Parts: sequence; structure tokens; C-alpha cells
Amino acid sequence: MSSHYLSIENVDKTFEKGNVRSHVLSNINLHIDQGEYISIIGHSGCGKSTVLNIVAGLIEQSAGVVILDRKEVNTPGPDRALVFQNHSLLPWLTVYENVALAVNKVAGRSKSTAERHEWVLYNLELVNMLHALNKRPSEISGGMKQRVGIARALAMQPKVLLLDEPFGALDALTRAHLQDEVMRIHSNLKNTVMMITHDVDEAVLLSDRIVMMTNGPSATIGEILHIDLPRPRDRIALADDLRYNHYRQEVLRFLYEKQRKLEQISPRHPPSQAQNERPQPVGGSGSSPSDAVVDAPALQKVSGAS
Amino acid sequence: MKTLSTTAAENVSVLNRFGINHAHTMWQRFKTYLLQNFLPPVVILCLLLGVWELLCSGTGATLPPPSQVISDTWELILDPFYDNGGNDVGMGWQILASLERVAVGYSFAVVVGVALGVLVGQSTWAMRGLDPVFQVLRTVPPLAWLPISLAGFQDSNPSAIFVIFITSIWPIIINTSVGIRNIPEDYRNVARVLRLNGIEYFYKIMLPAAAPYIFSGLRIGVGLSWLAIVAAEMLIGGVGIGFFIWDAWNASLISDIILALVYVGLVGYFLDRMVAMLGNIVTRGTSAS
Ligand SMILES: Nc1ncnc2c1ncn2[C@@H]1O[C@H](COP(=O)(O)OP(=O)(O)O)[C@@H](O)[C@H]1O
Ligand SMILES: [Mg+2]
Repeated sequence: MSSHYLSIENVDKTFEKGNVRSHVLSNINLHIDQGEYISIIGHSGCGKSTVLNIVAGLIEQSAGVVILDRKEVNTPGPDRALVFQNHSLLPWLTVYENVALAVNKVAGRSKSTAERHEWVLYNLELVNMLHALNKRPSEISGGMKQRVGIARALAMQPKVLLLDEPFGALDALTRAHLQDEVMRIHSNLKNTVMMITHDVDEAVLLSDRIVMMTNGPSATIGEILHIDLPRPRDRIALADDLRYNHYRQEVLRFLYEKQRKLEQISPRHPPSQAQNERPQPVGGSGSSPSDAVVDAPALQKVSGAS
Repeated sequence: MKTLSTTAAENVSVLNRFGINHAHTMWQRFKTYLLQNFLPPVVILCLLLGVWELLCSGTGATLPPPSQVISDTWELILDPFYDNGGNDVGMGWQILASLERVAVGYSFAVVVGVALGVLVGQSTWAMRGLDPVFQVLRTVPPLAWLPISLAGFQDSNPSAIFVIFITSIWPIIINTSVGIRNIPEDYRNVARVLRLNGIEYFYKIMLPAAAPYIFSGLRIGVGLSWLAIVAAEMLIGGVGIGFFIWDAWNASLISDIILALVYVGLVGYFLDRMVAMLGNIVTRGTSAS
């Protein structure tokens, strides 16, 4: 099959609740190389979190496979560490204990007690949280909680780091700080990252590629944009950079012209019809995966035009 | 309460700004604390005792006034731990005997109640089956269990303990199961990503996450068991504060009864505070997130 580190192949997801079926994801194909930083962007409710949770193994896909490092994954595990939007630190544990819980579980056999202690501190130092080791989550700010969440994820030494709108709930200044730190960590550790965001600047600044999802229901990958900006990237310098602004506009155009949200249109175009019209990605996954620019489905084009 | 303490804090900061020394502010704070927390109950208590004294001092009064209660029971108050054999022991022993029964019955209720609560909270099937049963059984009044447990155990002491157990277990089960069902999905996901096994999940996620609920069940449970023991002991006899009250009634020692009621109230309050305090220590952080 493919030689990629992480492959999402023909993934489909239909939620069933009683007799209500909702076809959320349709034919998702994505291939990610080791060390790549991928952002997924799309309108709220299109199914971004669902994709990430399928990779994490927390949600089971209805069809398709996820292959990580040549092995199929379908249950959750520490090799795909997740950072949740609402941090999800355990409130009864201190900052140190939250990270230690993960380290003790994941590296319980491979590291000695002293090594585990060092490893917890090392990861908290990466996110500059050594000063609050004994604080509980309720005693630190939202940005600090996210830092600890990131430290906990990094401490598992995951093959892929999954970030679900990690900075979504933060104020602009804190967000910029954390973005810079994530960039620094990524350039040092060369993690493979999949990040969901709804922030265009964040996507362009951090990513090697931006995966743009079409609107749901039956959402799929609309376009993939390569961000060819040299690293390390500096947000102030990039503000005047022509290529940077070009990429921004590409994403904005996709979101607000091609995928404009027009809720009232969709009932007239049932998903089954849209599926028939949608062009299938040619040649499956192997041939030219990362360059494949799948056209937006007919459904959304109609919606956008009217 | 809250507004009062903020005012106190503001006063303190005002004092600090004027450079008044720290010991002085500490004393101020202590005085405000005393005024706010001890003065009102003391005033009310004196008022109530005064009214009681007035109402019961007349010639036709059926109940003794507080002054007479104290003089009648002075010996009981002075020596709570005398032992003349049989049922003729001091109030301290009576209370301890009751507390011992409560301790045994309540401990069983805690273990079994939390276990059943976890089962009901975890499994939808168990909940569907057991919840209606629990909802019906929990409305049975404590004393209604006594005859059936006497028939079963053929002995008064285990019967009393069983009544405690069966009275206090329902709020523990129900609160625990609600707590388990309310564990945020995120915590479960953390556990799944870390691949915690069943036992680790139970100790590291489930118990701490549900602890605030469990402790509110435990607190209701301990109150109910203290209610039940006094009633049950009135019927089964032997040493215990409940039977002491019954005995005093039969001997027309109304003052003894009143003294016993004061003890029962104080001990019940103490039990409630103890469980609440334990809960605060254990769940520190959990509820505030
Ligand atoms: N457990 C679920 N059951 C049913 N529908 C769900 C469930 N989870 C998500 N959905 C639906 O799937 C769609 C995509 O959700 P989500 O992946 O959370 O979107 P996003 O993260 O892009 O905002 C939404 O319409 C949502 O209502
Ligand atoms: Mg989401």
C-alpha cells in the first residue's frame, strides 16, 4: 500500500442514534509523512473532530482504515496522544500528577522511578510549566491548562500528536504565545502533528499542509494546500509576506466562497444524490496523494452559487 | 455569609494600607470572626431557653423548664461514664453503644452501597433492572424493616445493625450511580488513550471523579442511620441512647429524656460534620474545576 507514516484511507462515518442516521464523513483520504504538521480546517460541525477521534481510536469508523507506522489502528492508545479543546486535565490531580499519571502508565516498565520523574519534569519544562508543579488545574489559567495538556501528550512520546482546536478557547495574546511554543517544540522534536483549527492565520503559520474540509453532511476533503514557507516562521515578518497572504486568501476563499455556509439549501439536495455526483479521487491513494486536489462536491457548489 | 466575609477582608486591607501592624489585623479578623459566627447562635439560644423557662415555669406546666432539667440530670451530666451494671450506665456509654451499631451498619452500607452504585452507574442494563427496585425500597420507613430483620436474625443486635444498613444504603447507591454516570466523557477518553485497565480506571478516574456525589450520599446516609438507630433501639432494648429514652419515659424521667435529646442532636450534628469534613478533604479540587 502506501509508504506514508499515517494513512487515512476511504474513511466513512455514519452516526446512528435510534433510527436517525447522519452521514457525517464521506470517503476521507489523507496521507501524512513523519514529522509533518497538518491542519484541518472547515466550518464548525463539518466533522473535523470526528476525523481526529477516528484516528485516535475513540470513535469507530463505519468504513475505511487508519494505518499508522504500517499498522492498522482501531483502538485508542498512547501512540496517538490527544490534546482536547477543553484541556481535560483531571481536576483532582496537580499539574505534576496529571503528567505523571500518563508517564507512569505509558513508561511504567521502560523507565525507572527516577527516570519517570525526570521525564515528567522535562516535558513540563518544554511548555514552561515548571513553576506550577503543585497547582491544581482550577488554580491555573486556561493557557496554562493547555500547556499542561500538551506536556501530558508529549510525555507519552506519541507517534502522532492530535490537537483538537487546542487554542480555540484562549485569548489572542495567549494563543499567539502558545502557537510560538508549539512551533518551537515541533522544530526541536519533529513530531507528526494533526491539528484541528478554525483560525486561518493559525493554520497558515503552523502547518506544512492545510486540509480543507467541505461542509457536512457527508463532508470530505475539499482541497489540500501546501504551505511552502521556510521555518522557523516569524509571525511579524510573515504579516507582510506575499506568499503568506496568498495562502491566507486561498483558505479564506475556500471557506467563504466555495464552502459558504447556507444551511437552508442543503435539504433540497439529499446526501445520496450528492454522493453520485461527487468525483471520486482518481487512482486511490498511492499515485499523487499529497498533490491531489479533490474538487468540491457538486452539492456545495450549488449552495455557494445560489 | 459571603458578603460579610468580603467586608471583613476589605476592612483588613484598609487597615493594612494605614500601616497598622499584622498582629493587630489578625486580632481584628479573629474578633470579626467571633462576632459573625458565635454571637448570633448564642443570642438565639439564650432567647429560646428564656422562652422555654417562661412557658414551663407555671404551675400547670407538663414539661420541666431548662433550670429544672439541669438540676434533675446534674449527676448524669457530671459523670457520663459510670457503670452500675446492666442497663444502668452513664450517658457516654449509652451513646457509644449506639455509635458502635451505627459504625458497623453504616460501614457495610458504604461498601455495599458504593459497589452497587458503581454497578448501576456503569451498566445500563443493571440500572434498568435495579433502579425501580431501589426507588421502591428506599421509601420503606426504617422501622418497618425491624420486624422482618428480627424474624431473620432472631437477635436484637444484628437486627438493629441491619436496620442501619438498609436505611443508609439507598442514598449512597443512588448518589454514587449518578456520580458515575456524570463522569465527563473527556475523563473516560483520557483513560482510554492511556489504556488504563479496569482497576486503574476505578481508582484513578472513577472514584475521584464521582467523589463529590458519593460524599453527598454518604452524608445523607450517616444522618439517616443516626435517625434510625434511636428509633430502632427504643424497640429492641439493651444499652443504647434509644432505649435510654424509652426507659426514661417508662420511669417518667422527663428531664432525662430532654438531656438525651440534646446528646442525640449534638452527636448527629457531629457525625454530619465529620463526614462533610472528610468529604471536603478527599474531594478537594474535584468539585472546583
Ligand atoms: N456521537 C455523535 N452522535 C451523532 N452525531 C454526532 C456525534 N458526534 C458528532 N456528531 C455530528 O457529526 C457532525 C460533525 O461533528 P464534529 O466532528 O464534532 O464537527 P466539528 O469538529 O467539525 O465541529 C455534527 O453534525 C455532529 O452533530
Ligand atoms: Mg470539533
